[in-house]
Amino acid sequence: MAKAETIILDKAGIDRAITRVAHEILEYNKGCVDLALIGIRTGGDHLASLLQSRINKIEEIEVPLGAVDITMYRDDLAARGSKPIGKTEIPFPLDGKHVVLVDDVLYTGRTIRSAMDALMDFGRPSTIQLAVLIDRGHRELPIRSDYVGRNVPTAREEDVVVVFDENQNPVEVKLVKP
Amino acid sequence: MSFTHKHILGIEQLAKEDIKLILDTADAFKEVNSREIKKVPTLRGKTIINAFFEASTRTRLSFEIAGKRLSADTVNISGSTSSVVKGETLEDTAKNIEAMSPDIIVIRHGHSGSPHYLAERVGCSVINAGDGTHEHPSQALLDLMTMREHKGSIEGLEVAIVGDIAHSRVVRSNIYALSKMGARVRLCGPGTMLPIGIERLGNVEVCTDMREAIKDADVVMMLRIQMERQSNIMIPSLREYARFYGLNPTNLLLAKPDAIVMHPGPMNRGVEISSVVADGVQNVILDQVENGVAVRMALLYLVSGVESMQTK
Repeated sequence: MAKAETIILDKAGIDRAITRVAHEILEYNKGCVDLALIGIRTGGDHLASLLQSRINKIEEIEVPLGAVDITMYRDDLAARGSKPIGKTEIPFPLDGKHVVLVDDVLYTGRTIRSAMDALMDFGRPSTIQLAVLIDRGHRELPIRSDYVGRNVPTAREEDVVVVFDENQNPVEVKLVKP
Repeated sequence: MSFTHKHILGIEQLAKEDIKLILDTADAFKEVNSREIKKVPTLRGKTIINAFFEASTRTRLSFEIAGKRLSADTVNISGSTSSVVKGETLEDTAKNIEAMSPDIIVIRHGHSGSPHYLAERVGCSVINAGDGTHEHPSQALLDLMTMREHKGSIEGLEVAIVGDIAHSRVVRSNIYALSKMGARVRLCGPGTMLPIGIERLGNVEVCTDMREAIKDADVVMMLRIQMERQSNIMIPSLREYARFYGLNPTNLLLAKPDAIVMHPGPMNRGVEISSVVADGVQNVILDQVENGVAVRMALLYLVSGVESMQTK
């Protein structure tokens, strides 16, 4: 039997959400002085690069972009075994930066915890902010997002999937029921 | 694909996909070694015992640094300072180590097959760091990582390995690894140092003329004359050996112009490799050492995942 799927956001909806989040980031940080975007692999890194080009369109400034892979910082090696490790690329110093972490779906908050630990190993950012495309609730840690594309109430059994095309552009967001 | 090997006893047991996964994981871990804070919490709370019953500087240091950079606790024991000198058997030593519940034992031993013997008798993971004249898997993996870095891909490479083939565990692991990844291996050495039938281990060609072996090679790997394993009785003199089987700027010209020169260390300068070549632009010997840490981090990480899944 095919699983029941609902489309939460289509391509245009994702686009609008990213534009709004880009404006919110600029408004909150009063421009992009010392701003940096770091996406969490995989998914968040593609969204971070979209945010970068959107900010570039608005302010005509290229903010530094990085990607972090959190596999080395996970707390569930025993439960899930050794996952393949992706590359972490932060080609600029983090000290004094206002870092916006970017992820596709915020769920338990454990990924964000790992990502923050990873960032701390690279330097001492002034602030770390969090931007996500979807916040689906069910936090297990005291973590919240600063910028949200869409809040989606979900059940734990459900799954939220962000679909990317071959050019790593987000196409749609689906809620998959078990 | 996921990794399923609890022990790393040799390259012989690994599939092509396993080797690729190890190399990709090592690539990712290499970045950690260039950070200001060279430590990640991946293996926090794991205990790794480095049991080295045979002399080693590079490999032991490399495994120890790899473990520490992953936040594991690493403890070393060496043959000369352990109860082995009091006559304890390997099995008893292992049982005693196991009673202190380590997660991984990294073993180097002068007898071929010791890690396999151990793996059947202890509950934790075992990693072979060199057993007699049999295998030295982590060395072959770091060699492959270095070749891939410099040549882009391993498939189709012509790799010449010159020296004491008979006593070399590095050769056996490299034959398995290179053959599985689609490279061709040419082995070369004096007849006394070429075991009969070694070509059956993989995609191997054997010859006794060094010029023939390194002609148009992409990689020239020189092996050490192993004084401690009586290599010297197999050759008339070191001078003669250096003349016929030593790598020097002249015979290196026979290899491809962009060929890389490798050596697993420790080098006997002036014997199997001249100093001009060892320090020349084509040498990647220190890259091998650097990649060694990343490869060993990958091995420790991958076996830990399998080990913790099973004990859970």
